[in-house]
Amino acid sequence: MTNLWHRLEPLLPQVSKPARYIGGEHGMQAPVHGPGVVSWLLTYPDTYEIGLPNQGLQILYEILNERPDAAAERAYAPWVDLEAHMRAEGLPLFSVDTHRPAALFDVIAFNLSAELTYTNVLNCIDLAGVPVHSELRHEADPLIGAGGHCTYNPEPLADFVDFVVLGDGEEAVGDITGVLRDWKTSGRPGGRPGILRALARVPGVYVPSQYRPVYERGRLAAVEPRHPDVPAVVEKRTVADLADWPYPKRQLVPLTEVVHDRLNVEVFRGCTRGCRFCQAGMITRPVRERPAEQVRTMVSEGLRRTGYDEVALTSLSTADFSGIEQVVASTVDDSGCGQVSVSLPSLRVDAFTVGIAAQIQRARRTGLTFAPEAGSWRMRQVINKLITTDDLYTAVESAYSQGWRRMKLYFLTGLPTETDEDTLGIAELARNCVALGRTHVRSPSVTVSVGGFVPKPFTPFQWFGQNTTAELRRKIGLLRDDLRRARGVQLKWHDAAATLAEGLTSRGDRRLGPVIEHVWRHGGTFQEWSEHFDLQRWQAAADACGIDIDAGVHRHRTFDEVLPWDHLSAGLHKDFLWQDWRDALDEVGLEDCRWTPCYDCGACTGYGIEHVVASAVPPAGGSQGTGMDTSRGAAVPVRLIERGLVGAERVGSAA
Amino acid sequence: MSRVRIRFSKHGKVRFTSHRDVARIWERALRRARVAVAYSAGFNPRPKIAFGLALSTGFSSDAEYLDVELDPDQVAGIDTENLVAALTASLPAGMTALAAAGLAPREPSLQHAVTSCTWRIDAAGADAVEASDSLARAMARSELLVQRERKGRLDTDDIRPSVLAAEVQGNITDGVRLIAELGTKPRAVRPPELLASLDPPLSLLRAHRLHQWIATDGLQRHEPLAVAELSVAGAGVAP
Repeated sequence: MTNLWHRLEPLLPQVSKPARYIGGEHGMQAPVHGPGVVSWLLTYPDTYEIGLPNQGLQILYEILNERPDAAAERAYAPWVDLEAHMRAEGLPLFSVDTHRPAALFDVIAFNLSAELTYTNVLNCIDLAGVPVHSELRHEADPLIGAGGHCTYNPEPLADFVDFVVLGDGEEAVGDITGVLRDWKTSGRPGGRPGILRALARVPGVYVPSQYRPVYERGRLAAVEPRHPDVPAVVEKRTVADLADWPYPKRQLVPLTEVVHDRLNVEVFRGCTRGCRFCQAGMITRPVRERPAEQVRTMVSEGLRRTGYDEVALTSLSTADFSGIEQVVASTVDDSGCGQVSVSLPSLRVDAFTVGIAAQIQRARRTGLTFAPEAGSWRMRQVINKLITTDDLYTAVESAYSQGWRRMKLYFLTGLPTETDEDTLGIAELARNCVALGRTHVRSPSVTVSVGGFVPKPFTPFQWFGQNTTAELRRKIGLLRDDLRRARGVQLKWHDAAATLAEGLTSRGDRRLGPVIEHVWRHGGTFQEWSEHFDLQRWQAAADACGIDIDAGVHRHRTFDEVLPWDHLSAGLHKDFLWQDWRDALDEVGLEDCRWTPCYDCGACTGYGIEHVVASAVPPAGGSQGTGMDTSRGAAVPVRLIERGLVGAERVGSAA
Repeated sequence: MSRVRIRFSKHGKVRFTSHRDVARIWERALRRARVAVAYSAGFNPRPKIAFGLALSTGFSSDAEYLDVELDPDQVAGIDTENLVAALTASLPAGMTALAAAGLAPREPSLQHAVTSCTWRIDAAGADAVEASDSLARAMARSELLVQRERKGRLDTDDIRPSVLAAEVQGNITDGVRLIAELGTKPRAVRPPELLASLDPPLSLLRAHRLHQWIATDGLQRHEPLAVAELSVAGAGVAP
């Protein structure tokens, strides 16, 4: 039985939003299965609405289906109502493309974008009819793979996945397909252990079962390869030039509502602003810009093909794209009658950015979002988000004066060295923004969104002990009290309990596996959804598995401590990260290396690659997030590290 | 010509999309087919597209309609024959444009004009003979009460005036097939409501809209757009 549609169809009238299970999107591929073809089920472990727009998954879906030796389909986690019906009827997880049973694929590959989806990964494997423990799988079972940002610490999932890919997947999926195809067509030499061993030799591929954790006195001492031909350190994959990978070429247009429901064109990958809390900015280095001409082509062809009336130019900081003004201008012009809107997620905070926003949002000036991340200049130096208070107020004033009425400001709390003064700085900024707005519009509003900081692997803050739930709640309480009578300011915050569970999984080692399994077995799926999240379930699981949450989450790590991801590499030298951590504690900033000499973090030098940027100078105006006023040449208001030649000793100095 | 009426069908997997989904699908299909749709003026311009009666999620149809206002600055006239083919090519599998025709300037909207729909209803719970009996009893009554929840409280409606015609067509593999014409004024009666009003009630397997009707003077009626070659019996529900 290779098509489950006739069994699924009678269930659909009984579930919410059935259109998320039917496939049929514009741009859907027609995968051809057969002998000698490696079949991939690309699976997003959350709902269709969240998973469908995922660009990484769509890119791999196209690249694989272009290969004659691969076929790729997609699956998403069924919502709890359908899952109950599926379990009652014995209906397994299926692809949405051809409603093929998941267990018939050679590989079930998960996109890991968030730690709180881990229990859904287990649930999907189980729904597929595959043993959740990799060691219990048979030769005929699919291989369970994973990619995405969370794979930089895959140890909590080490018991459940067969392999993970570190870094960009464009080239790695081809290499893996080749190895699997050869193994399949040559009589599967060595059985399942044989293919796992072979995969462990593919650059960028980490096979947890080929490594053994060593513990000493209750602490992780090492994660060692079990065999001599398995690399001691697995290095990430990096696509050197985005121009070679103009994907997705046929972006999927869903039949039902999803998040980010628009054409998405990735204008660059990587970011070297160097925000110390930001894992994405650390692990995706260096900056690789797509040629402006290719961006324009992808936008115009994409709009024509998809019928979308909105395009987002995506990256980690789109205003940093060389010549962004020209690209935006031509996009607005090319799109014809002015009905296409352009959105720029991840905007830098300065007047230059507001200028671009004004250019593209001629009609709909509803709201602008900025992420100052911290409430005081001191705190922003610690996290290296070098937006001066002046930058922020200039940006906000500029926005209000050009017709925006609503501002959304994102902040983190629980950052290293944060004092109550820093926390309350958030409230002061918000109040001042509203006051600035009053001089331009009648009822300005500022929404302040506060999230609890979770230290992530391969960042300078990976050694930092996360704030306790009580401490995060106290800080949010400070803000609530302070903003109680502030007119025009709305305060929103993330649940500190979910922040704790995220912290537990983000830096855990293999001993977290049983905790995740326990939470899943006790009904803890869809943990990203507040109505399904219950901290008690995590605490009960940790107790049952003998895991000390406090030691795992709140404890500061030391330099000599073995981290669970020390046998993996994002190219970044550990001593670079440590120095950056010391600089953070000293409140010393670090410049963006794309426009200044290299300080050898390792991301380029280690792999023989470089930044690919069209402009060698930073865009003018404001401080550009460097803390410096690059347009007026005023004194740099931040201490910056003086950098000489690669490898030269770094010295902090006042500018 | 500034307005075009389009008739389309909805079959198979795509029938699980909602009315709102269908509206979004059409907006994008029209753009892909490069039809110059007029936009509303103002702060948040919207394409000027008007749909008729909503089709419940999961139901199929050979008689869905939309009216599209064209941008007078960009369109001199429109070739409706090519339009039908171009739209079908732009629509997802299972949705087919069946006909298109220009509308007179003062033609009333679909929502306003349509007075009844003919449904093919597949139901479980009785064979053809039993279903015929209960349908005959229902049609002989002066009122047919159904309960429905509105804004959190239970309302009782008499749907008998809206059941304009109903007959059992015969047995099918998993139940019985009915053909019914149900009125849309003051509100559209839905196939499951007819089934629930029977004694004993039947349960819905599939519902398929065959026609929408515009009654002109009580006796005369016509479709918003007739499709000559459409085979009523052959219009299946299989994917």
